[in-house]
Amino acid sequence: MREVVIAGIGQIPVGEHWDLSLRNISARAVQAAKKDSGWLIPEAVYIGNLIASMASHQANLGAMVTDNTFMEGVESYTVEAGEASSAAAFRLAYLAVASGWVDIAMALGMEKYTDLAGDSMDEPTKLVMDYDYESYIGQTLTSQAGLLMQRYLYENPKAERMAFGAFPLIGHNNAVNNPNALFRKAIRPEVYAKAGMISSPMNMFDIAPYGDGAAALILTTPEIASKVDHPLVRVIGSDVAIDTLALHDRPDPLAFRAAGVSLENACSQAGILPSDVDLFELHDAFSVYGVLSLEAAGFAPRGEGWKLGMGDKLTLKGDLPINTMGGLKARGYPLGATGAYQLVEAVLQLRGEAGENQIPDARLALVQSLGGPASTAVTHVLERMPG
Amino acid sequence: MEVPRHWRLKKQRYALVGEVCPHCSSKIFPPRDVCPYCGGEAKTQFSFSGRGQVYSFTQMTNVPTGYEQSAPYTMALVQLEEGPVVTAQLTDLGEQHVEIGMPVEMVTRKIRTDMDDRGIIIYGYKFRPVMQA
Ligand SMILES: [Zn+2]
Repeated sequence: MREVVIAGIGQIPVGEHWDLSLRNISARAVQAAKKDSGWLIPEAVYIGNLIASMASHQANLGAMVTDNTFMEGVESYTVEAGEASSAAAFRLAYLAVASGWVDIAMALGMEKYTDLAGDSMDEPTKLVMDYDYESYIGQTLTSQAGLLMQRYLYENPKAERMAFGAFPLIGHNNAVNNPNALFRKAIRPEVYAKAGMISSPMNMFDIAPYGDGAAALILTTPEIASKVDHPLVRVIGSDVAIDTLALHDRPDPLAFRAAGVSLENACSQAGILPSDVDLFELHDAFSVYGVLSLEAAGFAPRGEGWKLGMGDKLTLKGDLPINTMGGLKARGYPLGATGAYQLVEAVLQLRGEAGENQIPDARLALVQSLGGPASTAVTHVLERMPG
Repeated sequence: MEVPRHWRLKKQRYALVGEVCPHCSSKIFPPRDVCPYCGGEAKTQFSFSGRGQVYSFTQMTNVPTGYEQSAPYTMALVQLEEGPVVTAQLTDLGEQHVEIGMPVEMVTRKIRTDMDDRGIIIYGYKFRPVMQA
């Protein structure tokens, strides 16, 4: 396996882009990543997308994107892994370069959530659950998380409800300085405490908002990237693990096994311990996912992940900063494009280009994306190259 | 139109028919033809009793399109007495306070109205509190 570096990144702000199509948003991310890489030409483009075939009535995205961005003739197709789709596309791009199959590959995440309007908007998000035995019963991704949080509070009666607020509060704080974030306004703990219930015991701030988005990364070898005029970031760990499709089929739904396994494998490949990292971009689709992901990663013993939300530990000043550019809650949650945003943000930190939110001397980053309630988990370890 | 799908799922939706593994005797719901415990082929039908208890629950304020007639409703994970856990709505709650561990039993109720399928009404399992003596 060859060494693989990230030579270019590009993103557009997450938002409600009523005026832009799937073509428009993907072209902007693709061009931005190419420009950032010094106009390297990808030989393969792997696209992470979840809902285009339902929301935009468009499949065959490989042909659409490459045709639309003057990349005809390259290898290109969609990778679908629920909301972890573009993290899985990134893994495929990594493997394509590492194996020597291509020298330059692009991973592109894109999602046009607002192509559907009104009542049908959330229909495509139900695709990631078990249709016959969850979606059809009236379950949603939100109620799944409500069930997990209720069970968590039952199994851990000492857990403080307000500790879950750390995830939205930190996300909103960090997004203030992110020009690509959906919400750039901090929220106060009192506002969180009083927010209306959506799926008990979860309130409206415990739920990340969906939006449109596109982000891209160009991967290549250090030799090919040697002329790039910014620091390079190496991919030193990559893993994907799966759990049951339906939440009810798990012997222990609070375990987030796939999240734990993929993280352990990615760290082991990288030769690091999770505690070595300078930041952790985790999948806070719901506040309780944040707690369960931290426990699965081993940052806290079972039933004690909520304690990490007390105090400053997870903030930019703490020793385990999470979601440094806002996370899913405040940067926004563009479904299958989310993983590409998380990876782009980690690259900004490792290059020292994160502006006001820069973690001093950040060298190692963990990035984890989940599909469904960690039915699929994709984890990457990124490292700033010396020099 | 999803008529074949509704027809195919009738036994599960109306009668909680799953499977029992001939190799390790595990009870399986929903049916999946391969035992999730031993990996053996499992196609022997088994009717669940419909009794169980609440493993977790959540009250949903926002419900999906097609489910408005029951809104707001309580979604639950119900652990059946034979072992498997199912996702189901709770019903007939009245003033009953829901808690984890509460005994429940299966009933057949209207699940959703399918406007795409000419307004057909789909029935299926929900769970209600067991009256305790
Ligand atoms: Zn068996």
